[in-house]
Amino acid sequence: MAHRSFRLRSPTTEAPLARYTLMAVAFLFLALFLILPLVAVFIEAFRKGAGEFFLSLDDPDTLAAIRLTLTVAGIAVPLNLVFGVAAAWAIAKFEFKGKAFLTTLIDLPFSVSPVISGLVYVLLFGAGSALGPWLKSHGIEILFAVPGIVLATVFVTFPFVARELIPLMQEQGTGDEEAALSLGASGWQTFWYVTLPNIKWGLLYGVLLCNARAMGEFGAVSVVSGHIRGLTNTMPLHVEILYNEYNFVAAFAVASLLAALALVTLVVKTVLELHYGAEIAAGRKH
Amino acid sequence: MDVSVKNIRKEFDRYPALNDVSLDIRSGELIALLGPSGSGKTTLLRLIAGLEQPTLGKIYFGAEDASHRTVQERHVGFVFQHYALFRHMTVADNIAFGLTVRPRGQRPDKAEIRRRVGELLEMVQLSGLEKRYPNQLSGGQRQRVALARAMAIEPKVLLLDEPFGALDAKVRKELRRWLREFHDRTGHTTVFVTHDQEEALELADRVVVMSQGAIEQVGSSDDVYDRPNSPFVFSFIGDSASLPVTVTDGAMLFQDEPIGIAPKPRDIQGGNGTLFFRPQDVALVADPAAPALEGRVATSRRLAGTRIADLDIGKPGEAHHVEIEVPLEASAATGTVLRFRPTRWKTFAE
Repeated sequence: MAHRSFRLRSPTTEAPLARYTLMAVAFLFLALFLILPLVAVFIEAFRKGAGEFFLSLDDPDTLAAIRLTLTVAGIAVPLNLVFGVAAAWAIAKFEFKGKAFLTTLIDLPFSVSPVISGLVYVLLFGAGSALGPWLKSHGIEILFAVPGIVLATVFVTFPFVARELIPLMQEQGTGDEEAALSLGASGWQTFWYVTLPNIKWGLLYGVLLCNARAMGEFGAVSVVSGHIRGLTNTMPLHVEILYNEYNFVAAFAVASLLAALALVTLVVKTVLELHYGAEIAAGRKH
Repeated sequence: MDVSVKNIRKEFDRYPALNDVSLDIRSGELIALLGPSGSGKTTLLRLIAGLEQPTLGKIYFGAEDASHRTVQERHVGFVFQHYALFRHMTVADNIAFGLTVRPRGQRPDKAEIRRRVGELLEMVQLSGLEKRYPNQLSGGQRQRVALARAMAIEPKVLLLDEPFGALDAKVRKELRRWLREFHDRTGHTTVFVTHDQEEALELADRVVVMSQGAIEQVGSSDDVYDRPNSPFVFSFIGDSASLPVTVTDGAMLFQDEPIGIAPKPRDIQGGNGTLFFRPQDVALVADPAAPALEGRVATSRRLAGTRIADLDIGKPGEAHHVEIEVPLEASAATGTVLRFRPTRWKTFAE
């Protein structure tokens, strides 16, 4: 009897043609919609050479925009870090009334258009609002000033940390915390020595994503900022202004900084996964 | 230290997990809380530890009312079912945890902590593994690290939740013997939860049998096996058969036929009840005219040194299924009619 050998493939693996087609579609799509625009940003930024690139960045208004963006992220990210940990802790480890409501609220910034998020603050603190005249008479500036930009950024970015931590903490349960308490640890010691180390990688992910969005947010910030050059312009807003002034090199130079931030975020994330993959996986398992 | 549980009630979302439970644990005793899942045994253990608060009732440690003490203040050693080792800490750091979190004044210095960790590791026979992480240990090793960690705070009471539940049979047996020796050596008041009756009967000084949020019986292994005080305990511990019986005029009847045994003083003296006996506590009756239970063999199987016969007893349509042990030489082919009487039994009123 003739012996025929087949190359058996696992039941879940597709035929080679189907596999390569799927991969080609995925890569083509990525190249067309993600990589190409990203490359274009850098090409435009360096169109007139590196000298022009740095020259266009060395502009008082641009530097002010960079400073403001760093300031806003510097305030919004720590705030959302604290809020995210607190919310995730409450949702994952306690039973209380209104838990489902809180979970839904956390998703609100994701489901609402950023423009609406900004508009909310205009309605709340604007001249036409009930609070507006009082704020004005006391010399407190929120809209068209740094506080408004920070508020809008906090609002838009607050789901990132909480969203990353809730499933992780739910999966880990309360066993480790109970063990720590039974060994005599205080609540604070339990959090610091047991809970925090268990969630540190998830927390880092959340903070990275939160930071990227805080620096890149356009819509909500645009509504509350007032676009005052050198004062209330963040980097994304500044890019738009420069672009509208046909100052393409400068616009793309600032844009390339933002794009570089995104790339750095991705690289850090990948490096973390490579180096601590086992630990991250262990942290997710119980 | 003595531990007393007085009239404890615990509700979760209005549903009672424990209802009016009282239990006295003597100092130095090794106690098993045994019951099916949902019987409330783990809840009772967690209440003693202070990981849950009772809805009603009190818990005493010695003469002191500990009901309102926090888990930290109760100072108990608790070993969790899945160990709950801190995965980002080494074995040594895990064991030292209870000492390192002490307030500065009461905390031993670093050298002292290291010495104590070394002692504890030796005690649980894991010397040399200080630097390992929990995920580099086998299940049995993790369990012993968890025990060492709990012992590090020098608790008066040791509480273990299903200590051998996640281990394979061989390791389980070894650790069981080891825990018994460990208890005898250290003399801690120890309470452990298990659903495995073999484990409870072999290991514990006294077994607390629980069902549906209540304690059914407290006693030695012999007590709960030989003198079960409720239908639940009789059927839960060991193998047993049960039949509905009626007692009239000093005779026990099954489906209106006498079965050849007379009720003893501890049995029901009249009316309807349930007869319980163990498969091995029966004697075959050769005389076809003598009163006895009569059944047809449905199947029979050889089990080590004995043969177990599955019998259908009683009128067709009302047949009851019981298992009895028969001598190897007796004929027990399917369809054979066997006649027997229980030699040891107990009846409970309906």
